Amino acid sequence: MSVLYVLVLASIAVAVVFLVAFIWSVRSNQFEDQEGAAIRMLQDNDTNIK
Amino acid sequence: MCDYYKLSDHPGLSQIKSIRKDKYSYLDSEKIASELYKFTDGKNVIVTLYIPGVHCSSCMWLLEHLYKLNKGITESRLNFTTKEVTIRFNKQDISLRQVVELLATIGYEPLVSLEDANKKQKGKYAKQDIYKIGVAGFCFGNIMLMSFPEYLSVKGIEAQYVTLFRWLNLLLSLPVFFYAASGFFINAWKGLRQKTVNIDVPVSLAILITFGRSLVEITTGTGAGYLDSMTGIVFFMLAGRMIQDKTYRSISFHRDYKSYFPIAVNVITDAGMRVCSLKDLKKGDRVELFNEDIIPADGIVEKGIARIDYSFVTGESNPVLVQEGETLYAGGKQTGGKVNIVVTKPVAASYLTSLWNHHAFSKDKSEENEANSFIHLLGKNFTIGLLVLVAITAAYWGVSDPSKILPSVSAMLIIACPCALLLASTFTNGSLMRLLSINGLYLRDAFVIEQLGKADHVVFDKTGTLTNGEVEIQAKGHVLGKEERDAVYSVAISSKHPYSKALVKYLVDSTEIPVEKWQEYAGQGIEATVDGKSIKIGSARFIGNSLIDSTANFYVDVNGHITEFHLMPHIREGVGEVLAKLKEHKILSLLSGDNDKQKAYLEGLFSKKSTLLFEQKPIDKLKYIEQLQKNDNTVLMIGDGLNDAGALQQSNVGITLADDINNFTPSCDAILDAAHFSNLPGLISLAKAGKNIIHLSFGISLLYNIVGLYFSVQGKMNPLLAAILMPLSTVSIVLITVGISNLYAKYIGLRIDSKI
Repeated sequence: MSVLYVLVLASIAVAVVFLVAFIWSVRSNQFEDQEGAAIRMLQDNDTNIK
Repeated sequence: MCDYYKLSDHPGLSQIKSIRKDKYSYLDSEKIASELYKFTDGKNVIVTLYIPGVHCSSCMWLLEHLYKLNKGITESRLNFTTKEVTIRFNKQDISLRQVVELLATIGYEPLVSLEDANKKQKGKYAKQDIYKIGVAGFCFGNIMLMSFPEYLSVKGIEAQYVTLFRWLNLLLSLPVFFYAASGFFINAWKGLRQKTVNIDVPVSLAILITFGRSLVEITTGTGAGYLDSMTGIVFFMLAGRMIQDKTYRSISFHRDYKSYFPIAVNVITDAGMRVCSLKDLKKGDRVELFNEDIIPADGIVEKGIARIDYSFVTGESNPVLVQEGETLYAGGKQTGGKVNIVVTKPVAASYLTSLWNHHAFSKDKSEENEANSFIHLLGKNFTIGLLVLVAITAAYWGVSDPSKILPSVSAMLIIACPCALLLASTFTNGSLMRLLSINGLYLRDAFVIEQLGKADHVVFDKTGTLTNGEVEIQAKGHVLGKEERDAVYSVAISSKHPYSKALVKYLVDSTEIPVEKWQEYAGQGIEATVDGKSIKIGSARFIGNSLIDSTANFYVDVNGHITEFHLMPHIREGVGEVLAKLKEHKILSLLSGDNDKQKAYLEGLFSKKSTLLFEQKPIDKLKYIEQLQKNDNTVLMIGDGLNDAGALQQSNVGITLADDINNFTPSCDAILDAAHFSNLPGLISLAKAGKNIIHLSFGISLLYNIVGLYFSVQGKMNPLLAAILMPLSTVSIVLITVGISNLYAKYIGLRIDSKI
């Protein structure tokens, strides 16, 4: 049962990674515009971008 | 759709809208333009512009492919939700003025105002709240996970693991206590310094005590603490506040009066035209104004014909003819051609601003609303009562059984948290604001709901509120034959007077015939000769016939035959029903800047008990509201524009009725979409119901508290049970308030979802 120490610490470490990912995504303004991405996705990307 | 743009070499340019060449010349000034930059390094510039015309996906396509229209633009990105486009361009290839003119040309003219320059600060604070919720939620969830062994009281777990989980919980609770909950502590401290016990004080106290007790229990190894409750409370509270914030962020309120004035004006100097920003305008500056320009400061007409629309200032839409040498006032709109004026009073001191700076405006109403809010009153007394009870309990146990002091006191503070009171009102207000906005009423903040429900006196403005801009004409007396109609039409068409315009509309299908003599006398009438007939259009005195009854708006005299014309501004659809429903329980008033021609008709719509006042100037309306309030009335005022803005601000609740949701008065408490005007009685009922729903939630939460305290005082409350009961009570209260709000709204006939 002493493996429990390792398991618990590992699970917390993984959870912290997700927390960091959350904070990073908010910082990078991903949640600023909720509807724009849905529209942008449906448009063709021109291959001859300047 | 995309191929359409590909096929055309210059996509969008065929939609060229003509804008006046110099409209954006003020952006050539580096000082002014740089106020609008978000970032610049001398070569690249990033600027964010608000485009009110954005509404669809092709708008997005066009606005994100601006680089195709001009090589100077590097890239552009549209935030569809806020309708703001962020453009990065090369300053050496294209200037800000050219960017703005380009946008205007393709039909997406940006709304450039002083406000944009002051908006930079807001972004950072909103994110902090998201981080706090994220951290609180993360820690809350993980602490609950770590607490599973405790919850399930699994026997056979070795002591060391129990200790491990407890210490991990403690570690996880630290970011919540010091970071996520910091807002509560700061607000509570601020309140205490002001010697008031606001609603954040008990919340902070509960968090502190829970954390403290958990800290003590874990470090001394005597228990598991209540960190799941503590973090849960913080998480739910933060989430509730954020939901409330989101519901009214879609409309930006509080545009101050600066947004109505043009930012900068063209000043005429000996050396030519100089662009001058609003605050630098001085007495003696000569300003050039064009059609539709707003007068930036009080001044005297120097050259040109000034026909000023003062509807913003006085409510009268008839243009005022201002001769050379006469004064005109800031806030009016020029409706003639080009005119030069000499500034006599710079903006701060002008009449319009003095109305704005009347004490009613500078009073920050949100503070006032908050202080009145009974939520805070309740929170204050609850806490004090609770603290007294806690002290008594501690004293009692201190004497009879000291071992019971800590368990009873902390259990009491945990279970008896008035957080349920805060949550009840937060969630109720959140769902009410959502319901209200679905039905056309957009509030400034949740505190308006309470005042709206309490309103017992409703004041209506007439022009633009009860009337909707259309005019009905009634002709009495001599009936005009076809030739006479053509003649009168030809006379009226050369005049810009609103009565003439109405007459022209009435005489539709007439043909214009040449006029021999034509003379308009300002404020009196028009005299002309057409086809041998002598035509006069004007007031009773102008026509000169003393036998006619003088209640008509104007008269037409064709060779001695007189026709009377009565103008009836069109009353908005639904006004009758709205007034009928409202006058059942409330007293109504009408304040109008117009004359009393429609008095009889309006009296029929209102009731004998209502007060109808006409010829009211903005300051009269303000004084009337103040008088009502001195007599202890809670006043709800519904108006439409700047002419009643002072009164709107002074009222307990000021609602602007907006036909176009993008044009409204700053500093009102709510906007009502004109299309939903008939919802007004229902909306007020819903706001009133809000108070009852909150009372109901209080009642339920009080029940929990009383039962919980009953056991806690005796030291019989299992602290774990207390910790579970707390979130349980709050969750059930949330569900009840939201459910009841929706049901009641449906019951009174409002919509409950936004799907069309």
